[in-house]
Amino acid sequence: MSLPGFPDAAPLAGLAGGVLIGLAAAIMLLGSGRIAGVSGLAAKAVGLGGSGISRSGAWAFVIGLPLGALLIAIMTGGLEASFAGPVPLVIAGLLVGIGTRLGSGCTSGHGVCGVSRLSARSLVATITFMAAGIATVAAMNAIGLEVLR
Amino acid sequence: MNERMFWPLVSGTIFGAGLALGGMTDPARVRGFLDIFGSWDPTLAFVMGGAVIVMAIAWRFVARMDQPLFAEKFFLPDRSDLTPRLIGGSALFGIGWGIAGLCPGPGIAALVIEPTAAAIFVVAMLAGMGLVQLIERQS
Repeated sequence: MSLPGFPDAAPLAGLAGGVLIGLAAAIMLLGSGRIAGVSGLAAKAVGLGGSGISRSGAWAFVIGLPLGALLIAIMTGGLEASFAGPVPLVIAGLLVGIGTRLGSGCTSGHGVCGVSRLSARSLVATITFMAAGIATVAAMNAIGLEVLR
Repeated sequence: MNERMFWPLVSGTIFGAGLALGGMTDPARVRGFLDIFGSWDPTLAFVMGGAVIVMAIAWRFVARMDQPLFAEKFFLPDRSDLTPRLIGGSALFGIGWGIAGLCPGPGIAALVIEPTAAAIFVVAMLAGMGLVQLIERQS
């Protein structure tokens, strides 16, 4: 199924993926009593503070992420993706690392877990990083800066 | 493998599957979603919508539970203060997200899709996290 006017969009796959993400976060919440915030769990796994979960628990979650992606890649016969080159990847990675620690979360912790709880901090964080992301892409397009290969 | 690791592993695996199925491990799709003034791709709105709806239901359960199913208590954020740190940090994160089309979850999940690119991003991200930790320890 495609969306009228948006031939490249994949609404059903998107919705199904979103439901899986929600289920995953719900398992973490209802099972372990924790927020499934990837930036906090990744920081915890490597010993850089982060959430209060045990380090082994944080590692287990983080290792699951590529495992799950691999399952989908196998089931669908490979995933399409185009990535930026090394220089933009380093700049982006640094900004994402610094920003998520200062802002106490990312798309998962704030955008999914916090927004669904109507947390004021998460709503403000999500609006802020969405606006910043939109402005960044718009600015890069305006000056003709193409990073994806 | 004990319960402390089993459920996070299950959650992380389903999470990674959802990211890949929803297209979030493709930076082109993520940047397409952020490109609302250009050729906008609404797919990620469906990803976020699906995830938020399921989690909104989960929160209703939490409100009626004394403790989680496999742990002694809930560990949930309880802050409500809107600080410059929260907003400034989120803005920096958003800029990075926009540049490469990757946030932490998809960056880590993409290690099996495009290992070199994803590893560069993840190492830089951890370095950024380490930098914050380093500066905060000194102050």
